Amino acid sequence: MQVQTHVDINSEWGIVAARQAGRKLAREIGFGSVDQARITTAISELARNIYLYANQGQIKIEEVADSGKRGMKIIASDEGPGIKDVRRVMEDGFTTSGGLGAGLPGVKRLMDEFIIDSEMDEGTIITAIKWLR
Amino acid sequence: MDDMQVSMYQLYKNMLTSYLQNKSEHALYHAQQFSKQMMEQDMSPEETVSLHLSVFQDIADELPEEVTDSFDLLLEVMIGYGLAYREHQSLRDRQQELESELNVAAQMQRTLLPDAGINLDEVDFGVVSVPAGKMSGDYYHYDLDDEGNLAIAVADVIGKGVPAAMSMSMIKYAMDTLTDKQMQPGYVLESLNRVVERNIDDDMFITMMYGVYHPKNSHFYFASAGHEPGFFYQSAGDTFTDLEGRGLVLGVSPRMTYKEYDFPLEDGDMVVFLSDGVTESRVDGEFIERDQITNMIRERLDLPAQEIVDEIYQQLEKAQEFQLRDDFTLMILRRKV
Repeated sequence: MQVQTHVDINSEWGIVAARQAGRKLAREIGFGSVDQARITTAISELARNIYLYANQGQIKIEEVADSGKRGMKIIASDEGPGIKDVRRVMEDGFTTSGGLGAGLPGVKRLMDEFIIDSEMDEGTIITAIKWLR
Repeated sequence: MDDMQVSMYQLYKNMLTSYLQNKSEHALYHAQQFSKQMMEQDMSPEETVSLHLSVFQDIADELPEEVTDSFDLLLEVMIGYGLAYREHQSLRDRQQELESELNVAAQMQRTLLPDAGINLDEVDFGVVSVPAGKMSGDYYHYDLDDEGNLAIAVADVIGKGVPAAMSMSMIKYAMDTLTDKQMQPGYVLESLNRVVERNIDDDMFITMMYGVYHPKNSHFYFASAGHEPGFFYQSAGDTFTDLEGRGLVLGVSPRMTYKEYDFPLEDGDMVVFLSDGVTESRVDGEFIERDQITNMIRERLDLPAQEIVDEIYQQLEKAQEFQLRDDFTLMILRRKV
């Protein structure tokens, strides 16, 4: 039975709860301390984006397996305003100009797989996976 | 751990062990060299912190729990630095790409400028044109027709860099479509103004000075579209006069006329065209005066025109510590003695 956790994000507490749940699962799956910290940072950034731009949403984390590989999947979803120009927010130096936060390119770098799906006025779903090496 | 990590681990362990034993500068020097190797192998700050902890745990018998735990905090902080480091690397790659694209564009731009030498019995001619960045907003032109009339021009797009360079290529193409360029400077500017007015943004404009030397009557004809005044040097009295024409900059209004001027060019007389990058050269933080430029020319009257402009450029470049603020174009036409 695979572990799955949902955390509602509507406050800074939610962000911390998502981090905590993510770190715990990452440890259980067997990620080393550096990868644990990376996954946690990715969750943290995704949760913050939800909190800042959509007010509320959800972080779902689960263990995944694919052809002998084990890993961890994060799904961040919200029903916020959506991202107008995905290509731009994925550009280095766009959201981080001024050196604040990792931004979505940072999350993409921290993880192995990254899919973003955003509709204007409907919301955004970001799925990211880290594989155990 | 893969082989690379194993060897990094071992190297780091040796270094740390040696340092803890004798606290030598030598071991620290090793560490400094090692950091280069780590960066070459794309090792991130967080991996370095983690490497340090695991090696430390390995060689120290028993670490207090607080020490080990404190590394959790350090690791978390270092993730941010690691991201900034990776972003820096990717931006650096992108910059290199842009740089090489710009080099190709700059190369294309240079092909728009005339490069054949002018060698005439009666006229001595020289020009230097250097962009402040890779691309230039200055344009110059010289062209000899079948009758032996020599047309010269300097244009300056207000602005610098790529947008200015794109406008500059428009001037070149517009000039190519004009016939009878050698005869009437006023007409040439009128025609160019129509093209420029139709094709550039309202907030951009171009200044230009256009002149023609007719050897048949030894007269020089010119007109100016709001351009930086040039100089007319008269050998007989050893004097410089400003070469100024009335006419609005190109690109403001579709119907403009440009007043044409002419004067005889005696033996040894010179016509100097320049862009404001020359007069706005700054020496010791202050713009140079126009008479400083004329003095520099006067000191070199015995040199060929090309050497005069080259030397003045070199002197001003050096005086500005090799940092041009604006594109620099200086042109001299002299009637030979």
